[in-house]
Amino acid sequence: MIQLLNVDDISVSFDGFKAINGLSFDIGSAELRAIIGPNGAGKTTFMDIVTGKTRPDAGDVRWGEKGVSLLRKSEAQIAQLGIGRKFQKPTVFETQSVYDNLMMALANSRNPFSVLSYKRSRGDDDKIEDLAGQINLMEQLDVLAGALSHGQKQWLEIGMLLAQDPKLLLVDEPAAGMTAPERAVTVKLLKELAASRAVVVVEHDMEFIRQLECRITVLHEGSVLAEGQIDFVMQNQDVIDVYLGR
Amino acid sequence: MENTLFTKYLLKNPSVMIFLGLLALFTVFVVIMAEGFGIGLISTSFVKTLGKTLCLCMIAIAMDLVWGFCGILSLGHFAFFALGGYMIGMWLMFARTKMIVLDAAQNVALPMTNAEINDAVGTQIFGVVGGAEIPMIWAFADQFWVQLAFVVLVPGVLALVFGWLAFRSRVNGVYLSILTQAMTLALALYLFQNDSGLRGNNGLSGLQNIPGFDDVPQSLISIWFFIASAAVLAIIYVVAYGVVSSKLGNIIRGIRDNEARVRFLGYNVESYKLFVFVLTAIIAAVAGALYYPQAGIINPAELAPIASIYLAVWVAIGGRGRLYGAVIGAAFVSLLSSYFTGGQAPDIPFGFATLRWTEWWLVLLGFSFVAVTLYAPKGIGGLIDHLSRKGNSS
Amino acid sequence: MTRPLFLCFLVFLFSSFQAAMASPEFEELLARNAKLIHKSSSKTVDPVLADIQEFGGQAAAEFMETWKDKKLYYVKKTGQFVLAEPAGKNDAGKKMVSVIDAISKQPLGQMVAKSVKQIKPNSGVRAKIATTLVPIQLTSDDIEVRRGGLDAMSRDIQPGHLLPLQRAIEAETDPDLKSRMEQVYVYAAIAHGTDAGEVEAAILSLRDNLSLETRAALNPLLTSQVKVAVELPGDVNIARIITPGVSVKKSDGTSGSVMLMSGATPELDQTAAYQMLVDAGFAAETISSDKRNESLIEFAENGRIGDIPLSTLNTEEARDTAYDWLVLNRGLPPRVADDEMRSAIAAHVFYGVYDHPSPDVTSAASDVLAGINNKVMVYKLMDLALDGLSLASIYFLAAIGLAITFGVMRVINMAHGEFIMMGAYTGYVIQLIVPSYTISIMLAIPAAFGVTFLAGVLMERLVIRHLYKRPLETLLATFGISIALQQIAKNIFGTQARPLTSPSWLDGAFVVNDVLAISNIRIAIFCLGLLFLGLMLYVMTRTRFGLETRAVTQNPAMAASMGINPDRINMLTFGFGSGIAGIAGVAIGLFSKVTSELGSDYIVQSFMTVVVGGVGNIWGTLAGAAMIGSLQKGIEWFNPSNTLAAQTYMIIFIILFIQFRPRGIIALKGRAAED
Repeated sequence: MIQLLNVDDISVSFDGFKAINGLSFDIGSAELRAIIGPNGAGKTTFMDIVTGKTRPDAGDVRWGEKGVSLLRKSEAQIAQLGIGRKFQKPTVFETQSVYDNLMMALANSRNPFSVLSYKRSRGDDDKIEDLAGQINLMEQLDVLAGALSHGQKQWLEIGMLLAQDPKLLLVDEPAAGMTAPERAVTVKLLKELAASRAVVVVEHDMEFIRQLECRITVLHEGSVLAEGQIDFVMQNQDVIDVYLGR
Repeated sequence: MENTLFTKYLLKNPSVMIFLGLLALFTVFVVIMAEGFGIGLISTSFVKTLGKTLCLCMIAIAMDLVWGFCGILSLGHFAFFALGGYMIGMWLMFARTKMIVLDAAQNVALPMTNAEINDAVGTQIFGVVGGAEIPMIWAFADQFWVQLAFVVLVPGVLALVFGWLAFRSRVNGVYLSILTQAMTLALALYLFQNDSGLRGNNGLSGLQNIPGFDDVPQSLISIWFFIASAAVLAIIYVVAYGVVSSKLGNIIRGIRDNEARVRFLGYNVESYKLFVFVLTAIIAAVAGALYYPQAGIINPAELAPIASIYLAVWVAIGGRGRLYGAVIGAAFVSLLSSYFTGGQAPDIPFGFATLRWTEWWLVLLGFSFVAVTLYAPKGIGGLIDHLSRKGNSS
Repeated sequence: MTRPLFLCFLVFLFSSFQAAMASPEFEELLARNAKLIHKSSSKTVDPVLADIQEFGGQAAAEFMETWKDKKLYYVKKTGQFVLAEPAGKNDAGKKMVSVIDAISKQPLGQMVAKSVKQIKPNSGVRAKIATTLVPIQLTSDDIEVRRGGLDAMSRDIQPGHLLPLQRAIEAETDPDLKSRMEQVYVYAAIAHGTDAGEVEAAILSLRDNLSLETRAALNPLLTSQVKVAVELPGDVNIARIITPGVSVKKSDGTSGSVMLMSGATPELDQTAAYQMLVDAGFAAETISSDKRNESLIEFAENGRIGDIPLSTLNTEEARDTAYDWLVLNRGLPPRVADDEMRSAIAAHVFYGVYDHPSPDVTSAASDVLAGINNKVMVYKLMDLALDGLSLASIYFLAAIGLAITFGVMRVINMAHGEFIMMGAYTGYVIQLIVPSYTISIMLAIPAAFGVTFLAGVLMERLVIRHLYKRPLETLLATFGISIALQQIAKNIFGTQARPLTSPSWLDGAFVVNDVLAISNIRIAIFCLGLLFLGLMLYVMTRTRFGLETRAVTQNPAMAASMGINPDRINMLTFGFGSGIAGIAGVAIGLFSKVTSELGSDYIVQSFMTVVVGGVGNIWGTLAGAAMIGSLQKGIEWFNPSNTLAAQTYMIIFIILFIQFRPRGIIALKGRAAED
């Protein structure tokens, strides 16, 4: 399997508190992976580092076959390389329509001047309609995103990530606040996505993770505690002690 | 061909059509009523006030773009406005003084050398600050086209450098506001110095006299400037409308609402902010270059930090995120201000005391900002939207 | 000072020592010079004064005082010197005067006014009398008179004072006065000493003396004149060799080279140097461009010089060519070419000559002055540091209220400056009611806190509370309040500045020496700043209120669930920050006039202080104030005349500084810093 992302022994601390402590992590190019861990285990900080929001004090993050270091790159450059991020709370542009939200996310030139002279094209419209179909928002294309339900906003955000056509998707707690039917749809969506790209899901909810049927990495105090299939992880004594047991 | 393209564009964007139509009607009305051309119902000074108000509408559009659409509350746009005024003012003052000097020298036996002309002009212009030499920055002051380019270039480059520094280090929100305010204050303090090369607190004066048009009465010049201001306002409105209705408009509204999301979509937020900041700085500068020849004088007090805050308030009262809101706010508040502070408004006698508008207008204005921010955050524009929506649904 | 003392002294004499005063020798001396005294002129009076000074003693001093003050009369018939007082009219209706002898003070009865004549010395004579009088006073028996005489002398030392002063030093018994006399003698010797050795010794004794007097005494020794010669003369006290257009004159009269950025210009430029050559007869006169132009106009025939029309002469070159034609054809003096000028200058030597002839004296003076100047520089640097410190204290005072409202609560209060102004006006109003400045200031501090606390609470309740989620709009709303408050203050108190007078015990200064003095008010403000820092740290870290404030700002929901009322805490915190601004207003009003714009002068600096220091941290505000204050003074040091430029550069520096530390000097890190 080809390595897509290689996180090598990174550490970061805030005012003396070690949020990440010698964390290493790899993911292949078409893989679904779940990350779990108690509060303060460093899940969000890990995503911040990969997406360029936080710079680690030590270690390296490499991307793709060529092993490009991501540490010197800005958030926008990392996003353009093909890493998409979904936030914990659904973050869509609430004052703009679903169509506009998706249109902004489409993998077109990000240069301000070409953005200024951008014209709607048949091709782009088709793509947006395809995406809207995929995330069940075909009917709501002209609705303001702020008017969508919580679950629909989560889907819209995932749709925006898909529009970016990323090679790696980082998804932070996608099932939070969803109804049971919405969850089932989300699981299906994530699995489909993972067929063609790498998907990392950060989640609390064990039941949801079980449905994902994927490899699991358990974080604790900023480093990897255990890694493997769900049954293996759930029988690991360390994991039981720090996380599941309580 | 172009004509049809333009008509098509207007038909597609009715709000632009309405705006341009109203502006054209207003312009024609004022010209007909003015002293210079028409029947003389509107005095020359009031034509100038109206022309200046149109310029303030331009900078309000700039402010709306940068704040209402992009979320950057800049308290520095009056600095760009004044810089634009200074750049054109340098030409106006230099060229006119030079003409006067040459006129006076016509009957002298020896024709003047270039150095002597420069000395005489220098003494005329810089005598008030105890200098006679023409500073380096005036090197191109007698070349109209160069100074005209400077109107755009100098504020543009300042905005580019300042914006690049500020956005690069991710200075955001109120911090950015304070930083832009600091920039304005620094520029104002610098210009207040006598050796700044721009005549210290005297500023540049006599700008209402256009070199080469000494014979044309002010009543006529005021109308030319009024028409020019209306035309430029129309162009700026169309340009601004084009920007906000393009995909870039979507992006900058996205930046306003959720900067991080835009960044993680792969857009370089800094360059978008910089684009908007520089574009609006240039709009402000052009507005200033049209404003000060109508005002006649420019001095560093014009770019006191308070002016830029007033600008924000106009836009807030007019309604952020709506281009026509900015125009309405600027026109409404600035005209009202000049009415009340000009001493024309009748005082209101109470039994025990008299309410003098010149004294209490600012108090009223101040409290009305509070009222608008608290109770009508969308401003007058929001009110219009509300009414028109009601009109549509019924 | 001298005069009233002297009059007391006279009364004293009249009452008890009348007889003792009579001195036949003195009377004889005056009689000898009577004519010269009656009709004195500054040309003729010198010998008389010299005689009287030689004679000395109190009688002489007293006589000269009356003479100088035009109180002296003489009897026309006898020439006797008398003092006369009007005494009404006699039976015949003639004006009468009562007369006493000017020297013995014996009453001489009444006389007809016309029989005596007032002696009216002119101002030149009076000045000479005064000069002579001073050393005579030094010989007085009364120590106060001697002291007065010495004071008068030290203000204006004359060459003639040297000897009497020396004598007075020998005779002086009071050690204090004696040492002061010796000091004055040193200055007298430097200024008027004739013996180079003595002068040099006097100069060297002033080593390390930083007083202004010393510098004023030494500088005149180093004055010099610029001269030109073919060869450097050997018999004069040469100060410096001047290279025209290059060398600069240093304060001790020697020459130096232009230092970069110092703003110094060469002492003598080429034109001036050449003019000196012309004046000294070493070179032919130049034709100035004005003169050339005049000649061109004067010699033009039909608007032409030769065949050159005047109307084409619009460049220097063309005018020179035309003039050269005049030289050839009309015999005008030729122009001096630039290289001729240069070679003429190079062929001569320009130099500065000290006015003082002795090289020993000038070099001693220059050495001592250099030593003094070094020390003065050190003290000036200390003074600058203290200036920076007091400016920092002011900024700290102005900003500390903001450190709470903006730093802790993240509320942008543009009306903060107006709270400072309200505090200052509260102080002013209290001073109108309470006359004692000390008591009024004591009252003003709590009153200012109270007024602005209430204003702050009111504003928080009515406005800010509704805008916690919209910080940029808080900025606008509070700005509205700011302009309204400013205008209201203008309407109530008018536009003119109101004084807030500090109590007299704050008026003085802590004087270290002539260079370094710290005004008490600055010390007080510094102390107030320290006090505030202590108070803030105590309140925020040691009290229940501080704890609750921090809890509410960090997590209002959690704080509320712990039984803290966030509304109440927000209100009190805002009121507290505003109240502190009010106290700062009293302090700021004490050293600057109270106007309605007082606040807006400080608002931008205050925000920058908080931002530069690091938001949410009182130590950060302190660091920010220290940096901005010392930086501003430091920049002013390079260009003291231009505080505007200093402020400009300081702001630019801050903008750049924020590039490197966007979160300020003392920055919060991690998740707490996000948002």
